[in-house]
Amino acid sequence: MATPENRRAHWRANLRILATLLFIWAFVSFGCSIFLADALDQIRFGGFKLGFWMGQQGSIYVFVGIIAYYVWRMNKLDRQYDVHED
Amino acid sequence: MSAQVWTYLIVALSFTLYLYIAYRSRAGSTKDFYVSGGGVKPIHNGMATAADWMSAASFMGMAGIISFQGRDGGVYLMGWTGGYVLLALLLAPYLRKFGKFTVPDFVGDRYYSQTARMVAVLCAIIVSFTYVAGQMRGVGIVFSRFLEVDVTTGVMIGTGVVFIYAVLGGMKGITYTQVAQYCVLIFAYMVPAIFISIMLTGNAVPQLGLGSEVKEGGAYMLDLLDTLSTDLGFHAYTSGVRPVWDVAAITCALMVGTAGLPHVIVRFYTVPSVAGARMSAFWALLFIAILYTTAPAVAAFARANLLQTVNNATYSEVPDWFSKWEETGLLSFEDKNGDGRIQYYNDSNPDTDFQAMAAAKGWEGNELTIDRDIIVLANPEIAQLPNWVIGLVAAGCLAAALSTAAGLLLVISTAFAHDLVKRCLKPDISEKAELVYARVAAGGAVVVAAYFGIHPPDYVAAVVAFAFGLAAASFFPAILMGIFQKKMNREGAVSGMIVGIVFTLAYIIYFKFVTPEHNNPDHWLFGISPEGIGTIGMLLNFIVAQIVVRFTPETPLEVQQEVEQIRVPRQITHES
Repeated sequence: MATPENRRAHWRANLRILATLLFIWAFVSFGCSIFLADALDQIRFGGFKLGFWMGQQGSIYVFVGIIAYYVWRMNKLDRQYDVHED
Repeated sequence: MSAQVWTYLIVALSFTLYLYIAYRSRAGSTKDFYVSGGGVKPIHNGMATAADWMSAASFMGMAGIISFQGRDGGVYLMGWTGGYVLLALLLAPYLRKFGKFTVPDFVGDRYYSQTARMVAVLCAIIVSFTYVAGQMRGVGIVFSRFLEVDVTTGVMIGTGVVFIYAVLGGMKGITYTQVAQYCVLIFAYMVPAIFISIMLTGNAVPQLGLGSEVKEGGAYMLDLLDTLSTDLGFHAYTSGVRPVWDVAAITCALMVGTAGLPHVIVRFYTVPSVAGARMSAFWALLFIAILYTTAPAVAAFARANLLQTVNNATYSEVPDWFSKWEETGLLSFEDKNGDGRIQYYNDSNPDTDFQAMAAAKGWEGNELTIDRDIIVLANPEIAQLPNWVIGLVAAGCLAAALSTAAGLLLVISTAFAHDLVKRCLKPDISEKAELVYARVAAGGAVVVAAYFGIHPPDYVAAVVAFAFGLAAASFFPAILMGIFQKKMNREGAVSGMIVGIVFTLAYIIYFKFVTPEHNNPDHWLFGISPEGIGTIGMLLNFIVAQIVVRFTPETPLEVQQEVEQIRVPRQITHES
């Protein structure tokens, strides 16, 4: 049953997941690719400087990963609190 | 076969395909017309969203900008993909649960206010028209360069095709043509990228080729590019020159603007469920990421090719593509020192050693002007790829421009027929009549778009900043607070939106139109450029809303219950 208690608990758990994922989102984009880019550029792998790679490649892969995890996690959460559709 | 024949063939084939699909999926009801009946599969919606989102700017503009700016160009890559994280996590599932047709629907209903609805309608229309102008310019370039027809004829053909499938099929027709357009555009983008990557680095994956060693000389691609750039007085490719805070502000404005663009948001109303909305956001970003991670590789390869082939080349011996682009006016050469060779270098480099070196070589200023937009289109010719690839790229660019234009035209027609006529002026209108209004509005919008295509405003690049700034400063905060802050009320949201929009517009107009000569970091507020000011507009929107909500009447109880409802996927039938 989607009781009010269940829905509130579901919403709180949802907010926790969002906070974690948005922290990672901000860290890879604003952190690694902008503010820390010059420092990370000291690290090289292959022909890439790490800061440059994060800005032009790495951050995008992480974004895709974040949404993939979110989809999986939220579907599980909906069932756990019995608020999923049909 | 010549490149032109190939182009005609491939473009004609792709247009036939779009029209066939549109014919197969005509719209019968307003629900079909606005949200494709609400039954689109997530993977199809993901593809359609990707095509809707990736415009002529993504297809031909973005790699060009990165090619000229190096690391700083990364703001577009991150901004336009990072926005999907916000969209997927903060907006899409909840808007799907809310389940109306448009963004003004949400804003108007959630804030129980016709004023809020009107502000949203106005923003949606301005944002969409701004954007359409950019698409039509792309259509015009492709037609005039590759099919060598008059720009007016080209735009007429392009808008004619959009007219047929947008007006007939509405969202249903658009969705399935966009699926086809995604396939065309991604294929057209990847084929030359893979070809060039193999030619330059021997690696068939462009994303890896970017970090590989070049075949000739054995240096790493990016190191070679740094050397080539600095030798000609440009900044090193892998280092940034823009102030860090400005880069962060632009990235943020682009991300938030992406999440707030009405033609993207509306796509999430077309899937059958909340779980489907989440899933289609994933598919959308995955499909977008394929192109966006390839773009920096295309940019670097094109830059290296350009610097190596063009600089110091003898003008009388330049390849055919050079003179073809000269005819379009997007490439121009002026032999300043009269040596018959093309000198392409950064003549405004302040370094005195570099100036002395240039003078010693007899260089008397940069002689080549290249429009950034031609980089992707000219790339296959510069790299001497087979003729069919050139035709393919032209068709891909048209697919990108037309798919986005169609999505935008639909937002305009919906805003007019549904939000304005149905929800404001004539609430008792029949569904059939509403559909007529929607079709007439779509037709009208196509005509306006065609006008922009034939007479493109010469400030297209400048007005695009408006679209993102407006979306970031108006829609995003209003929708976000509507979902996550139950007590946010009409007064707070409306005053926040108005302050956000007025501030952002005023700032952009001041620097882009009133005093363009002051458009530099010395005069900017907090060192933030007009491109990034949407970030500040968004913050102002939040702050004003939070203050106003404290001093104004509380949100009605039934609206608060509605918010509880959209927070969970399942429909709650009884309130306890």
